[in-house]
Amino acid sequence: MTTAALPMPRAVAFWRRIPVWRLVFYAIMSAALYATYLRLFHGLGSATNLSNEFPWGIWIGFDVLCGVGLAAGGFTLVAIVHIFHIERYKPVLRPAILTAFLGYVLVVVALMLDLGRPDRIWHPLVMWNPRSVMFEVAWCVMLYNTVLALEFAPALFERMQWRRPLRIVQAISAPLVIVGVILSTLHQSSLGSLYLIVPSKLHPLWYSPLLPLLFYVSAISVGLAMTIFESWHSAKAFGKQLEWPLLMSLGRLLAVVLGVFLVMRFMDLSRRHVLGAMLEPRPEVYLFYLEIALMLIPVVVLFSGAVADRPRLLYFCAVSAILGFITHRLNVSVTGIQAMTGASYVPRWTEIAITLGLIAAGFAIFRTAAKYLPVFEHPVEAEVREST
Amino acid sequence: MANALLYDSTLCVGCKACETACAERWKLPYNDQVAEEAVLSDHKLTVVTTHGENFGRRMCMHCQDPTCASVCPVGAFEKTALGPVTYDAAKCIGCRYCMFACPFQVPAYEWGSTLPKVSKCDQCYDRQKAGKVTACSEACPTGATISGDRDAMIAEARKRIAENPAGYYPRIYGLQEAGGTNMLLLSKVPFEQMGMPKNLPNHALPPLTWNVLSLVPDIASVGSVLLGGVYWITHRRDAVAKAEGRQDGGRQ
Repeated sequence: MTTAALPMPRAVAFWRRIPVWRLVFYAIMSAALYATYLRLFHGLGSATNLSNEFPWGIWIGFDVLCGVGLAAGGFTLVAIVHIFHIERYKPVLRPAILTAFLGYVLVVVALMLDLGRPDRIWHPLVMWNPRSVMFEVAWCVMLYNTVLALEFAPALFERMQWRRPLRIVQAISAPLVIVGVILSTLHQSSLGSLYLIVPSKLHPLWYSPLLPLLFYVSAISVGLAMTIFESWHSAKAFGKQLEWPLLMSLGRLLAVVLGVFLVMRFMDLSRRHVLGAMLEPRPEVYLFYLEIALMLIPVVVLFSGAVADRPRLLYFCAVSAILGFITHRLNVSVTGIQAMTGASYVPRWTEIAITLGLIAAGFAIFRTAAKYLPVFEHPVEAEVREST
Repeated sequence: MANALLYDSTLCVGCKACETACAERWKLPYNDQVAEEAVLSDHKLTVVTTHGENFGRRMCMHCQDPTCASVCPVGAFEKTALGPVTYDAAKCIGCRYCMFACPFQVPAYEWGSTLPKVSKCDQCYDRQKAGKVTACSEACPTGATISGDRDAMIAEARKRIAENPAGYYPRIYGLQEAGGTNMLLLSKVPFEQMGMPKNLPNHALPPLTWNVLSLVPDIASVGSVLLGGVYWITHRRDAVAKAEGRQDGGRQ
C-alpha cells in the first residue's frame, strides 16, 4: 500500500534542513503566551481593541464561529459512517473526530479568554435562562465536548490496550453518535440564531431569518472541506497514500452541499428584496462578492468534472470552500455589523496572536496525536475480523 | 402600573444636573472632563448630548420586553414589575451578548478591569421601591425629566404635543420602539437628530430568537427518533446481508 518515496526536490530538501516551520511555530506560541498574560493580568481593554460599540471581535467571529464550524466534519462523518452506515468513509472518520475534538477544546480556550469572567464559565450550569441562545449554545458545546471525548476515546484505549473501557465505549456507541449529531445540529444552527436578535445592527446582505439554517448547511460543507484538507496534509506528512476515490466522492458531496447553500442564500436575498444592495460600491459589498466567489468556484470546478485524477485541484477546491466559509462568518460577525453600526474595529496584535496560537496548537496536537495514536488505521475492522 | 421616565428635550437646558446626580448615586467620579464625554460608558450611565441648539439624553431605555434579559445566558437581567430593568453582577460571566444585542447600544463594560462588570442605568430601582422618584428627575431643575406611571407619562406627552404642535416632532420615542420602553422621549426634531438609533422594529426583539429556540425540544426528540430509526434500518440491513452471506459461505 505504501508508495515508494519520491525523490525530494532540492528546494524542499533545503527547507527541510532549516526548521523554519518550527521557528514560526515557536514565534507564534511565544506571542500567544504573552498576549494571554496581557489578557489575564491587564484585562480585555489592554489586550483587545474591543469597545462598548463593538463588544465582539475576532475571538468570537473567528475562533468561536469559524472554529465550531471547521470542527463540523466530526458530526458529518459520524452521521455518514455510523448512522447512514456508509462504511467506505471509515478511513477518514477518526481524523475527522480528532479534528472536531481539538476544534472544540480550542474553542473553549478561546471562549475562556474572551469571557470577562472566565472563572464563572460554569454559571450556565446552575443559572438558567432557556430564552437565551447563548444558554443553549453553552449547554450543547459542553455536552458535545463530552460526546467527542468519548467518540475519540477508542483511539486512546486501543493504543493502551485498555480492553474494558474500550468495550464500554463501544457498547454505548449507538446512542452516543445519535446524541452527538443532534447536539451538533442544534448548536451549529444556534450560532446563526445568535445574530437573529440584531435586525437593526447587521447588514441586510447577511441578516436573515434563515441564518440558523444557513449556518447549519455551511457547517456541513466546511466539515467536508476540512476532511479533504486534512487528509491531503496527513497523507503528505505521514507519507501515506491518498484515499483518492474516497476524497473524490467527498468532493462531490461538498459540491452538492455548497450548491444547496448558495441556492438558499440567493433565494433568501431575493425573497427579502435586498439583491439591490449588491450593486452598491461599498467595501462590505466587495467582501460579499469575495465570499460568494470562494464558494462558487469549488462548486463549478467540482461539477465540471475537471477534478478527476487531479488531487491538487480537489485540494484547492477544499481550501477555497474553507476560505469562503470563513469569509461568510467574518462578514456576519464583523463586516456586516460595522457596515450598519459604523463602529470601528481592527483586531489588536494580541487578538491575532492568540488566534494564530490556537490554530498552531491545533496543528501541533493533531500531528502528535496522529503520530502516537491509531488515527489513520482501522484497528476496529481488524479486531472484528479477528473475532469472527 | 409600571413607572417610566419622560424626557422632554424642549425643556432641557443642558445643565447636566442629571449626570451629576447619577454619578453621585452610583458613587462614580464626576468632573469637568467626565462632563465633556458624550457617550455612555462604565463611569457614565446617563449622558446629556448636544445637537446644535437641541439637547438629547441617553440612558438605558428599560424596554418592556428587554433584549438584554432575553439574551443573557445566566439571567443576570430582570424586568421588574415597577418598570426598571436590573442587572445582577454576581451572575454575569462577561459574554457581552447583552451589549451586542441591545438595540439602543446601552450596556457598557469595565474594559480596564480584570474582574469586569456590565454598567447600565437601573432607573434607581432601590429609590423606586422606596416610593421615591429617580435621582435624575429629582435633580432636574426645569422638569425636562419627570417620572411617574407610564400611562400617565404617555398621556402627559400626548397633551404637550397636542397643546403645542409646532413645538414638537409629532411622535413619542419609546412608545413602540423595540416593543415599547419605560423611558419616553419628546423632541422638537426627528429623534435620530437627537442621537437616538433609527430603523428599530416596532416590536419586541426577543421573539426573533425564541421562535427558533422554542423548536429545540421538537428537533431533539423528533431528530433522535428519526436518526435512531435510520441507524436501526441501516444496521439491520447490514446484519441481514451478513447473515445471508454466511449461509452462502456455508454452502460452498
